[in-house]
Amino acid sequence: MNAVFTPVAARPAPSSTRGPLVWLRRNLFSNWQSSAFTLALLVLAVLYVPGMLRWMVFASITAADADACQAARGIGACWGVVTEKHRLIIFGRYPFDQQWRPLVATVLMMALLMASCTRPFWRPWLAALWVVVLAAAFTLMSGGVLGLAKVTTDQWGGLPLTIMLSSLSIVMAFPIAVLVAMGRRSQMPAIRTFCTIYVELIRGVPLISVLFMASFMFPLFMPQGFSIDVLVRVLAGITLFAAAYLAEIVRGGLQAIPKGQVEAAQSLGLSYWKTQRKIVLPQALALVVPGIVNSFISIFKDTSLVTIVSLYELTGALGLALNSDANWRPFKVEGYLFITAIYFVFCFAMSRYSLWIEKQLNRSKNR
Amino acid sequence: MSEPIITFSKVNKWYGNSFHVLRDIDLTVTRGERIVICGPSGSGKSTLIRCINGLEEHQEGSIVVDGTEISDDIRAIEKVRREVGMVFQQFNLFPHLTVLENLTLAPMWVGKTPKAEAEKRAMLQLERVKIAEQAHKYPLQLSGGQQQRVAIARALCLTPKVMLFDEPTSALDPEMIKEVLDVMIELANQGITMICVTHEMGFAKAVADRVIFMDQGQIVEQNKPHEFFNNPQSERTRDFLSKILGH
Repeated sequence: MNAVFTPVAARPAPSSTRGPLVWLRRNLFSNWQSSAFTLALLVLAVLYVPGMLRWMVFASITAADADACQAARGIGACWGVVTEKHRLIIFGRYPFDQQWRPLVATVLMMALLMASCTRPFWRPWLAALWVVVLAAAFTLMSGGVLGLAKVTTDQWGGLPLTIMLSSLSIVMAFPIAVLVAMGRRSQMPAIRTFCTIYVELIRGVPLISVLFMASFMFPLFMPQGFSIDVLVRVLAGITLFAAAYLAEIVRGGLQAIPKGQVEAAQSLGLSYWKTQRKIVLPQALALVVPGIVNSFISIFKDTSLVTIVSLYELTGALGLALNSDANWRPFKVEGYLFITAIYFVFCFAMSRYSLWIEKQLNRSKNR
Repeated sequence: MSEPIITFSKVNKWYGNSFHVLRDIDLTVTRGERIVICGPSGSGKSTLIRCINGLEEHQEGSIVVDGTEISDDIRAIEKVRREVGMVFQQFNLFPHLTVLENLTLAPMWVGKTPKAEAEKRAMLQLERVKIAEQAHKYPLQLSGGQQQRVAIARALCLTPKVMLFDEPTSALDPEMIKEVLDVMIELANQGITMICVTHEMGFAKAVADRVIFMDQGQIVEQNKPHEFFNNPQSERTRDFLSKILGH
């Protein structure tokens, strides 16, 4: 017998698997546990959402009126504290009439940060652009030239300081981390030992103590009359701290690359550095994007610790703004909610970007 | 007899302190010669060809490739690697680069060839392995046989004097072995020096000038294919052949 192979034509899925009712049944009421959980959540929402909305929106005071806020205590939120103090919270101790300078500097840095996240900017000149923009931002903020009044770094504060500290330490920590991760896998014992000691030493201490050392102990070792700006010392501290954590993440990615990839590159005559740059690192880093972004988000929030060495970034500036003013001090919760929202916007943006970049880098894996 | 291109003299290699993987290897390969190496697993055949381009280092004896001795000097090794192409059992294509980028990588970054020129030559190599239409796909989008043909094209892009094949068909589905062997046979017929570790005895019979049988780190026997298969000299070779040809 001569059997003939006849392929079955493709059909659309049956309609009983589509539509909102089907979706509800499948996702919210698929069995009794899930139905019970759905109902419980509904009850909680009915109980608490109206109260929350009343406090946050309907009964809230947005005008900078301390008496009205006082009257609404416990009933509605006092967003007036934000209306009144937002410039102090956002710019910290920076001289009030000069605050356009950190604003422009921050907008510049943010624009470059966002541009750096997109493909057309992944060019060799991006590094040079960073140097130029950072120099411009630094000059703008510190002044002393072009008729700008001098503002010392201990007066810098608020969101510009947060963004500056975190973006600079991320940008500087990343290459250090890659080198340290490669160093820990080096054939040369001296390099390997040095990198291991660095990572273990830094990971073994809290960031606070690193900042303390950078701020208070380091100057003791310096010769008389020679000092490095506290901002630079703190920046170096955060960078070295972040680099140690990042290095371990990168090392995890390096270990996931099969040996055959290196051998294939070597057999083509590529040198160690070219093999790392063209073959190993692009694949290893793509694998650990979630971990890297996780670390970036941590660094961004960890900058709030610099308050302990008297640099008033966003969180510190909030305390500065409210502690000294008895009228507004009671409304700290609202103030914290305000900066929480700011932190969230930045962190959420980073996490969405991480998803996008993962998609970009994984295109080669899609069949 | 034509001049030698690869010479092994009394080469010994150990893994760690105790595993003696290559023992007193003496081997001379002449220009244009096509050699098939076979032997049971663990006999050192892959290690032997990986010593030729310095992927493995040997501890005793000397290996000279086209006048350059393989030593600790990384420059010497990189020079040899530019003249020796290698194809691996697991293809080892770079999954983050397109097929075309896989091929142009070495010419551009090792050979300093301009991009346009490198791409033109890469397309020629892809046509040679009959896969030009896949140039802009990523390796993982191709079948195993196609990937291995890309790997061969990639190794050819630096116009090597010697091609090393390390069990090139062992990781392939049976349906795809032929397309890779066809490419290799065509290559063999074009006169390039080839050293191929394989168990494809049909390939050995068709193109090899010499078949080498290895066991326990030694070259047990070497001969022309006809002699090797019909009149093996040693008991060990006969035993091996009866196992791989016996059914």
